[in-house]
Order: sequence, then C-alpha cells, then structure tokens
Amino acid sequence: METVKTKKRKKRSLSQRQALKGFLFITPWLIGFIWFYARSLLMTVQFSFSEMIVNPGGGYTLDFVWLDNFIYAFRAHATYKQILTTSLGNMLVDVPLITFFSLFMAMLLNRKFKGRTLVRAIFFLPVILNADAIVDAISLSRVMMSGGISSASAEMAASASSGMSIEYYIQMFSALGLPEVLIEYIAGAVGRISDIINASGVQIIIFIAALQSIPGSMYEVAKIEGATAYETFWKVTFPMVMPHIITNIVYTVVDSFAKSDVIELAYDTAFGPAMNYGLSSVFSLVSTVITCLILVIVCGLIQKRTFYYN
Amino acid sequence: MNKQKIIPSVNSIRAGIQAMKDDTQFTNDRLRWISNAKGFVITMFRLAIILGICYVILGPVIGIISSSFFSDADSYNPMVYLIPQEPTLHRYKLAAQYLWYWKTMGSSLLYSATLMILQVVMCSMVGYGFARFNFPFKKVLFACVVVMIVIPTNTIMLPLYTTFTRFDVFGIIQAATGSPVNLMSTPVPMYILTAFCCGLRSGLYIYIFNQFFRGLPKEIEEAAFVDGAGTLYTYFRIMLVNALPSVITVAIFSMVWQYNDTFYANLFLIKEEIIISKRISSITGSISNIEKILDPNILELYLDAGIVLVMLPIIIIYVALQKQFIEGVERSGIVG
Repeated sequence: METVKTKKRKKRSLSQRQALKGFLFITPWLIGFIWFYARSLLMTVQFSFSEMIVNPGGGYTLDFVWLDNFIYAFRAHATYKQILTTSLGNMLVDVPLITFFSLFMAMLLNRKFKGRTLVRAIFFLPVILNADAIVDAISLSRVMMSGGISSASAEMAASASSGMSIEYYIQMFSALGLPEVLIEYIAGAVGRISDIINASGVQIIIFIAALQSIPGSMYEVAKIEGATAYETFWKVTFPMVMPHIITNIVYTVVDSFAKSDVIELAYDTAFGPAMNYGLSSVFSLVSTVITCLILVIVCGLIQKRTFYYN
Repeated sequence: MNKQKIIPSVNSIRAGIQAMKDDTQFTNDRLRWISNAKGFVITMFRLAIILGICYVILGPVIGIISSSFFSDADSYNPMVYLIPQEPTLHRYKLAAQYLWYWKTMGSSLLYSATLMILQVVMCSMVGYGFARFNFPFKKVLFACVVVMIVIPTNTIMLPLYTTFTRFDVFGIIQAATGSPVNLMSTPVPMYILTAFCCGLRSGLYIYIFNQFFRGLPKEIEEAAFVDGAGTLYTYFRIMLVNALPSVITVAIFSMVWQYNDTFYANLFLIKEEIIISKRISSITGSISNIEKILDPNILELYLDAGIVLVMLPIIIIYVALQKQFIEGVERSGIVG
C-alpha cells in the first residue's frame, strides 16, 4: 500500500505540484469572489429586471418584469437622468485636472529639499482623513475658516467682491484672445482647488513611486545630449510615467463614481421609504456600465500612445 | 590733436571689450549668476506652491482644532480669529461623554485592527499565490481581481444585503437551526467578507502584494526550498518578513480606511456602539436633544471637538508610522 501511495504522489510533476499549491493559496479569494462578487453581480442584473416583493415573514419573491425598471428610470423618474448626466460631467471634468495636478505635485515632491518628509506627510493627510462625517465637517470648517463663526455671513458678503475679481481676470484673459471655454474651465478648477487636492492623494503617491522607478541613467543621457528641462520632461519623464497615468485615471474614475450622487440616489431608493430594490439596481447597473465604457474608451485611447519600458 | 587722441581711445575700448570677451573668469561669473538667479526664482516658486497647498490641506484641520476650544463668547465675537480669548475644554468633555469615548473607541479600534490583520494575512497569501505559482487560468483569474478593484462595491450592495439578512452556507444552517441566520447589525458580515478577501478594497491590497512579491528575487525561495523549508514555512517566515514595506503599507491603508468606513457600517447596520465613525454623525443630534443647545453654531463646535477626538488615534498612528509608510508606498508595488 505504502509504495503505491508514494508512487502515486510522485507521478505529479513539479509544475503540477506548484500549480496545486498556487491554487491552494488563492482558494480563499476564489471562494469569496464566486460566492460574494460574481454571484452578487448576477443578482444585481436579476434584480434590475424584476420587481421585488418583500414577504412579511422575511425573504422575498422576485417578479420578472422585463425592462419596466429601465423604462421607469429613464422615462418617468424625476431626477435620475439629470443626476446621472451631472455626475458624469463632473467626472469627465475632474479626471484630467486631478491627473495633471497630481503629476505636477509628484514632480515637485520628488525633488530633494529641506523638510521634504514633513511636506509629504502633509500631502498624504487627505488620504487618511477621508471619512464621510469628517469630510463634511472639514468642508464646513473651510467656509468658517476666515474668522470666528459669526463672521461666516460677513464672508458671504465678501465673496461677492471676490467673485467680481474672478470676473475681472476672466475678462482680462479673454481680452488676450484665449478661448472662453478654457478660461472658465481653469477658473472653475481654481475655485475647487481644495476638492482637487483632497481627491488626488493616492494619485500623487502612485506618481511619486513611478517617478522614482525611472532609471537615473536616462536623465544623464538626456543631460549629455544637451536636452533642456522642458525637453527632458516630454521625452523622458512623460513617456516613462505614461502607464501609471492609466492606473491613475482608472483610480480617479472609480473613486469619483463611488462618491457621486448617483450612488447616493441608488442607496436612498433601496433603503429609503420606497424600498425599491429593482429601481436601485437599475441605477447602479447603468452607471457601472457607463463607467466601464468610459474606462475602456479612455484606456484604449491612451494605450495606443503608451510606451512600455519593460 | 583731437583726432589722434580719439582713435587710440576707441581702439582701447575695443581692446577692452575684446579683453572682456576673452576673460573666461568674467563669463563664468556671469553664467553662474544667471543660473543662481534662475535657481533662486524656481526655488521660491516651488516654495510658494508647496506652502500654498499645504495651507489648503492643513487650514481646515487647524480651523477645526482651534474652534473646538472656543467658548460661547468667542464664537460670537467677530474679532476672534483662530486663537480663542477664553479657551475652554467644555466641548471635549461633552463630546467625549456623548461619544462614550473610551468604550466606543476601544471597540472601534479592536474592530478595525482585527480586520486589518485578516486583510494582511489573507490578501498577502492570495497575492503570493498569484505572484509565484503558475496554474491554469491564472491570467483570467487575475483579471477578476482587477474587476474587483474597478467595479465599485456600491453596485453589489443590494445582493450583499440580502445575502447577509438570510445568511446560509448550502442550507447547512437552515438544517441545523430551522432558519437562515440574520447577521445584520453585527460585525460578522464584515469579518466573513474580509476572510474571503472581499472586504473593503481587498482587490487593491491583493494587487499591491502581488506586485511586491513579483519584485522579490526568486533565489530566496529556492534557497529555502533547498534547505528543506515547506511552502507555508517559506511563506510565513521568509517571504512575509521580506515583504515588510508592503505589509506596513497595506496595514495602514486597511486600518485607516476600515476605521473611517461608513459605507459597510451603514449597509450591514453595524451598531453605533462598535463603530465610532458612525456615532460621530449623530453626536450633534443627541447633544442638542439632551443638553437643549439649539444654536447650530455652538453645536458645530461640539462636532469639531468630537472630530478631533475621533481622528486622534489615526493621526497618532500616521505620525508614528509615516516614514515607514511613505517609504513602503514608494518601494512596494503600487507601481508595476
């Protein structure tokens, strides 16, 4: 018996044994993925095509209604279309801003200067302080910042005059012949600078790591060939961080989607007084599909122009 | 006379200019001055930007901390800016009382720390499996990990909710007790999800560990194998120790995000006694009801004090570990 057993064991080759070990290592995740993730995704699709009736004794029955939920969401629901388009618009506006801002900041922080550790610690603070309650309180505090609380109204009055100065700058730049769309985009970005900074913590981390992985010999070559700083950026730094731009865009899109109003609407529809699971599933499903489409398109466009070092 | 005098002087000027041009010392000085000035301007520019952005980040935090010390009189005095005239600790006293600070904080930290350990152990194992072993469908399966990162949890919140209100494993629990268990309002769903690597951002952690393990030299394991170490021993005693930077990164990320998380806490209706970040959102309501403080401005001060109290442990952890954390992030494999 013993010999047969050992013979049987020896029959498996090294690579087969390795494969088995690998499978054992990932088993917990595989079970979880199938049990919770894949199954839940299928269930979301199922919910969106049916009306759910919650039984009083617990549990539920699903009533297949074909496309009714979708038709209701797009034809009859009061705010869904509007919320969806605004969230998507915000996302499209924010993604390039956050990407370039974080690349810029990563390049600043990558240099050696005094107090660099302290500055980095401060820059990663938004990643740490991202709880909902705290974010709300911080944004409120930002309004209150210029003085005691009673001066909040005074600041309201003051903001009217600062609005005037923004108008002034917009006029000045449009007199220079810059296109109005661009000016308004930049003015809007400056107005939301704190939101952008708070949303780009992880992206800055990723870009810093990317910049540090560029071999120094490349910069030496560029220097010897007489490239200026500008040329070095476009010919060395930018192509080398290009793959991570994709990573960052994916992260930014997913992150802004998770924080968007659509999700809030879906949550309220399901757990609010309406308890409409079907409709809520339609909301999340449609926005997820749109997000994935955006990701595929953007990544496809960038990937063509991306240079992979390895 | 005049003519004769002028001509040599012009010549001498020319000679002087020529001498200047030939004077390499002068040119070098000039170039150095220009580059110094350029460097100075760039440094100032960078300093201005960094200071400005640090202010944008820190400003509100400083505002919250300072206003949590304001007394009633200070908050109505328009002359008071940041530094209160009559600082008071009253806000902290009440906020701590209504947060049930020590008890809630203890259980909240315990909750996120245990989940953090689970995340690190499970996700590093899965990451190691993906990084070091070849098995069929590996690429497809890893694509599933990426899908987990990309598709937000919000999409699957309803099925998760229904799954855990009537939780059952192949009908075993129903057979044993007569009905599936309702795990709502307990932290159990979170532990189950995390144990199977489907917890809060587990996909990202698997990805980080995978990238890091792939970067480690294969010779380490070969040496261990030759010396007769088993796979599990190699993994726990050798690989995990070598992966310390990424372990620290994932540990801090998961600890902090878990501590701050309200999405899962709300979805699974986990009790306020367990999670302090949920309690903070109701603190103003309970203070205004019980203490009869109706002025929203004053209530805001209590909220500020509460936020400082809630954030304190996170800030302490971050400050203590920030050097390892940042270095870990840079070295470990968020980047491929």
